[in-house]
Amino acid sequence: MSRPAALRLLLVVGAVALLEIASRLAWIDPISFIPPSRMAEGAWTILASGRYLDDIVLTLATAGAAVLLSISAGFAGGIALFRFPRLRRVLDPLLLSWYAVPVFIFYPMLIVLLGLNRWPLVAIGFLFAVAAMAVNTLNGLERVPQVLLKTARTLRLGRIDEIRLIILPASLPFVFTGIKLSVVYSFLAVIAGEFILSGAGFGYQIAYAYNNFDNETMYGLMLLLLTFVGLVNLALHAAEQHLYQRRVPRDG
Amino acid sequence: MKPADQGRAVGEGHVVLDEVTRVYPARGRQSAVAALGPVSLRLRRGEFFSVVGPSGCGKSTLLDLVAGLSLPTEGSVHFEGRRISGEVPDGVAVVFQEDACFPWMTVFQNAAFGARHAGLPRTEIRERVDYALSFMGLAGFTDAYPSQLSGGMRQRVCIARAMVMRPRLMLLDEPFGALDQQTRLLMGEETLKLWRDTGSTVMLITHSIDEAVLLSDRIGVMSTRPGRFIEIVETGWGRERDSRTAMDPRFGALQSRIWGLLREESIKALGIA
Amino acid sequence: MMEGLARSSRPLRWAIRRDWADAAILVAAILAGWTVASWLLGEAVLPTPRGTWLRLLDEFGDPDFMDHLEATVRAFGTAMLIASAGGIAIGLTLGARRLAGDVMEPVLITLYSIPKIALYPIILLMFGLDISARIAFGVIHGIIPIIIFTMTALRNMPPVYARSARTYRLTPFRTAWHVLIPAAMPEIVAGLRIGFSLTLLGTLLGEMFASQYGLGHLLMRSMERNETSTIMALALLLFAFATAASYGLLRLDRYLRH
Repeated sequence: MSRPAALRLLLVVGAVALLEIASRLAWIDPISFIPPSRMAEGAWTILASGRYLDDIVLTLATAGAAVLLSISAGFAGGIALFRFPRLRRVLDPLLLSWYAVPVFIFYPMLIVLLGLNRWPLVAIGFLFAVAAMAVNTLNGLERVPQVLLKTARTLRLGRIDEIRLIILPASLPFVFTGIKLSVVYSFLAVIAGEFILSGAGFGYQIAYAYNNFDNETMYGLMLLLLTFVGLVNLALHAAEQHLYQRRVPRDG
Repeated sequence: MKPADQGRAVGEGHVVLDEVTRVYPARGRQSAVAALGPVSLRLRRGEFFSVVGPSGCGKSTLLDLVAGLSLPTEGSVHFEGRRISGEVPDGVAVVFQEDACFPWMTVFQNAAFGARHAGLPRTEIRERVDYALSFMGLAGFTDAYPSQLSGGMRQRVCIARAMVMRPRLMLLDEPFGALDQQTRLLMGEETLKLWRDTGSTVMLITHSIDEAVLLSDRIGVMSTRPGRFIEIVETGWGRERDSRTAMDPRFGALQSRIWGLLREESIKALGIA
Repeated sequence: MMEGLARSSRPLRWAIRRDWADAAILVAAILAGWTVASWLLGEAVLPTPRGTWLRLLDEFGDPDFMDHLEATVRAFGTAMLIASAGGIAIGLTLGARRLAGDVMEPVLITLYSIPKIALYPIILLMFGLDISARIAFGVIHGIIPIIIFTMTALRNMPPVYARSARTYRLTPFRTAWHVLIPAAMPEIVAGLRIGFSLTLLGTLLGEMFASQYGLGHLLMRSMERNETSTIMALALLLFAFATAASYGLLRLDRYLRH
C-alpha cells in the first residue's frame, strides 16, 4: 500500500475511533449522536431485515433513470456547445446560477406536468446532473489534440468515421468524468428531493426517522448511504484512473 | 585523466566542491539513485565555466547543489569560503531552464522581484532594473506582461531579474534550451556581454558542445550517471570574445576533443535511459 | 510592438459588443420560450414573465419579505466568508505539502459526493435551530470545491516559481503571499464561483428544511401552498443574483489572467 493510502486509512480509522470514544464518554451529546459501532449495528439490522428494500430499490431506480437521461441529453448538449462556440460563451455565466437555485422548488410545477409519481424526482435529478455532463463532454471534445484531427484529414476519413475512430476515443476520459459526475449528482438530487419532498424512498426514510427521533435507524440508514456512495465513488474513480492512464500522456 | 583540481585542500576558489555526491534515497518500489559524484571542482573568481554531459548525467543536480537548493549526500560545497547548507547564499543568482517569469507581473515587476524582497530602496531598484532591461534589449517592454512576449524575450526578463541582484555567482541551467538555434547564438553573445559587465563568476549547464566551447574559459565534461568529471578542458579564449570565435582554428579542435570524450558516454546514456 | 497592440484591440471591441448582443438575444429567447410555455401550461402552473416580475415587485413592497431577505443575506454572507477564507487557507496548506495533498484528495472528493442533505440531522442536532445551523449548511456545501480548486492550483503550479523564490531568498510567508497565491489566483477564483453557487444552495436548503426565516423558508411555504407565482418570483430573484455574482467573478478571473 502506498504511503498516502496508508496515512489516509490511518486518518479515517483514527477519526472513527475518536468519534466512538467521544460518544461513548458522552463528550458529544448522546441524544444527538450515537457511537459509530451502534450505527454499524443499525445499518446491519436494516440490511438483514430487508425492511427498507423497497425504498432502496425505488431510490436506485429513480436515480438510475435520471442518470440515463442526463447522460444522453448532456452528451448531446456538450456536442452542441462544441459546435457553436458563441452559444457556449453566452451560456457560460448562467451555468453556475443554474446550481444556485434549488431545483426542488419547481416540484409543484413538475407534479402538474408529470403527475404525482416518481417522474418529478427523476426530472430534478436530471436537471441537477445534465449540466455537469454537458460541460465535461465539451471539455473532452475541446481537448482532442489538433494533430489527431489533422491526421484524420490526411487519412481522408469521413465525418462519421472521424467521430467514431478518433474524436470519441480521444475524449473518452473526460466524457467518463462527466458520466461519473452525472451519477453522483443525480443520486445527490434524488436523495435530497426525497428528504424534503416525497413520501417514499431512501431519503424519505432518513427524514422520517429523524422526525421520529429514531436515532438508531436514522444513523444506520445514513451509514448505509455513506458506504454505498463511497463504494460507487471508488469503483468509478478506479475506472477513471484506468482510462486516464491509458489515454492521456503523462507530463514530463 | 584526472580533473586538475582533485586533491587540493578546501579554501582556495570562489566556489569549491569537495568530493560531492548526491544520492536520491529509495522510495517505495524505486531503489536509491546515485545521481552525481563524486565531484570535486574549484571555480576561479570571475571565470566562465560550462558543464557539458549526456542527458540525465546529473548536470542540473550539480547546479542545484552549487546554488544551495539541495544538500549533498556526501562532501561539501563552499561559496566564498563559507559552507553552503540548505539555504541559497547571498550573492548567487540562478536562471532556470523553464520559463520562470511570473505571468501576473509586468516585465518591470518581474525584473524588480528579487531586489524588492532584498529591501533595496525604490530609486535604487528603478535604476538597476532600467539598466538591466535596456542591457537585455527590453527597454520598450517594461509595462508588458510575459504572455505578450516571445520565449526568448521571457528568458531575457529572467536574466535581467538575475542581473539586477548584481550577483557574484551566476548559475545558468540550460537557459536557452527552449530557443531556436539563431536566438541561441545571439543570446550567447548577450551572456558574454553580461559576464564582462558584471564581472561575476558564471557556471553554465548546457548540452550544446558548441555553446560551451564558444562561451567558456573552462569546460567540465561529465560522464553518464552518476556524473563525474571525465576531464576539464581549457579553451584559452581572451575575455573579449564573441560568436566570431567560432572561426578560430582552435574551435574545431576543441569541439572534436570534447565530442570524442562525450560520444561514448552519450551512447551509454541512451542505452541506459 | 505598440502599434500591434492598438491594431489588435479593434477586433476585440467588436467581439465584446457581439457578446453583449448575444446575451441580449439569449435573454429575449428565454423570455419568449417562457411566455409560450406559460400559455401552453396555464398561468396557474407557470406564471408569465410579466406576472412573475409584478409578483417580485409586490414582494419587495412587503416588509415581512424584507425580513426574510435580510435573514438569508446574513446567513449566506457569513457562510460565504467562512467557506472562502477557510477553503483557501486549507487548500493552500494541502497544496503546499505534497503528502498532505496526496492523502486528502480522495477524501475530499468523497466528501464532495456525499448527499449533504443526509448530514442535515447531525448539523441540526449540533447547532440547534438558529442561524448558525444555516450557516453551517452553507459552509459544508461550498467549502469543499474551494479547497479542491485551491489545492489543485498549487499542486499544478510550475515548480520553477517556488524555486525562483528560494533563489531570491524569500521567507516561506513571503513566498506564499507574493508567489503562491498570485500563481493560483485564476483557479482560486474558479473555485469561488462554484463555491458561491453551492454555498447559496446550501443556505437555502437549510432554510427550507429547518427554519422559520429566510428565502428558503418562503420557498417551502409557497410550495406547500402551491403559490407558483411566488415560487417563480423568488427563483427569478435568486437566479438573477447568482448570475450577477458569477459574471462579476468571471470578469475578475479574466482581469487576473492578463
